[in-house]
Amino acid sequence: MSTTTQRTPARSRLWPNTAFALIATIVPASAGEAAPDPVKLANLVRQDCGSCHGLTLKGGLGKPLTAEQLQPWDRDQLVHIILDGIPGTPMPPWRPLLSEPDARWIADRLKQGNLP
Amino acid sequence: MIVGARWLAALLLFAIPAIGLAGELRGTGNLGLVIERATGSVLIVDTGARQTIGRVEGLGDLSHASVVFSPDQRYGYLFGRDGGLTRIDLLTASIAGRVVQAGNSIGGAISDDGELIAVSNYEPGGVRVFDARTLALVADIPAIGADGKASKTVGLVDLPGRRFAFALYNAGEIWIADLSKVETPAITRLTGVGKLPYDGNVTPDGRHYLAGLFGEDGVVHVDMWQSPPKAERILDRYGHGDEPLPVYKMPHLEGWAAVGDRLLLPAVGRHELIAVDTRSFAEAGRVATHGQPVFAVARPDGRHVWVNFAHPLNDTIDIVDTLTLKVIHRFAPGPAVLHMEFTPRGNEVWVSVRDADRVDIYDAATFAKKGQISAQKPSGIFFTARATRIGQ
Repeated sequence: MSTTTQRTPARSRLWPNTAFALIATIVPASAGEAAPDPVKLANLVRQDCGSCHGLTLKGGLGKPLTAEQLQPWDRDQLVHIILDGIPGTPMPPWRPLLSEPDARWIADRLKQGNLP
Repeated sequence: MIVGARWLAALLLFAIPAIGLAGELRGTGNLGLVIERATGSVLIVDTGARQTIGRVEGLGDLSHASVVFSPDQRYGYLFGRDGGLTRIDLLTASIAGRVVQAGNSIGGAISDDGELIAVSNYEPGGVRVFDARTLALVADIPAIGADGKASKTVGLVDLPGRRFAFALYNAGEIWIADLSKVETPAITRLTGVGKLPYDGNVTPDGRHYLAGLFGEDGVVHVDMWQSPPKAERILDRYGHGDEPLPVYKMPHLEGWAAVGDRLLLPAVGRHELIAVDTRSFAEAGRVATHGQPVFAVARPDGRHVWVNFAHPLNDTIDIVDTLTLKVIHRFAPGPAVLHMEFTPRGNEVWVSVRDADRVDIYDAATFAKKGQISAQKPSGIFFTARATRIGQ
């Protein structure tokens, strides 16, 4: 797991304003303050993470995200991977779309295998 | 036994609304399948009537599912994510064969003679080939790269001459499998073609295979008419070294836009389509788009290309004029537009809007909405006319 700082300036320059409009709907209020929305996040994990990791999270082009498979990683490592991606692989940084509480909620659900 | 079966058939007829299936003579040329990815079911649709005429359930994990059709266009072969390969009879809306042939799969192809079904697998990595009638395994091609490691396979297509081509994702190779003698498949291996080929497709004439690379700025081209075929890099450094944007959904080359002497390809990590000249394979222009393209699908006459986008800009479709390479129409059908499929002559286009649980039907000339059908989390849409096309 390499720790790479993300290139936020480049992204904010390139990322269109419409994306920010959408972020606002996904993460109500400013990131970090709002409580995670379990319905929206569970849908995002199944549908959008699922496009690489499988709808049932048993893997695809990306690795399986089952509790058993994720055992070697602790919660903070998973939060870091979710927010900042894994450089050199197709795993993208989700920081533009998810807050830290969102990522912690997702990491907990995956670790505990209890995504609603 | 027979009485029981009849009862079951009668019950099924009750369960499926508005059925115009068994018992009534009809063709299948205007039928299609719509994947309902979350419920493991497919809808059988009539594109002329713009209606659902049946539903088949019990098909497993259908995230990223795709379909090819038998030459007579009666059967659809459905490739599920969980390794399920199901032969669906469109006339009776029933399962006419099903095997779970691997742990984790990504698409398949049918041989030009319609006798073989090839499935691309992630786990165990490789391609397995089945008898199209019985679904019995007839050939197993594990994808062990030059590095000696098993690789996931992607971009599986049919080629003329009972051949298939596919790419090895981890190993960075392209293989051509000649199954004219199915007992002894002849494999041509092109090694070291580039990092992480994520998908591949072939031009409608079966000549040019292209694989998109994720690990590098570029595309791999193989001219299948050359002997021996060689892998050549095209569009090298198309991103000009710019930092790519995060990619929230891999682009697909399936259904790509091959238009006259041009191909329009989605750029990875960029809000662009790249036009490629199909004689020189040099870049012929770019189209600035609303987001990162996932599918770029040409209307069958080639005049327009419809483009959908990766999360989170996936509520929108751009329509590109292929003469001017400009976006001439942009609209938002609804949340999570996943796939687009044209009717065979291209007068209408069906669009799956996953999070609205709907498939919308548009006039492909005026862009006016003509109708819609309900579907549960619809993704891929596949019409039987694909049976007549190389690579589909």
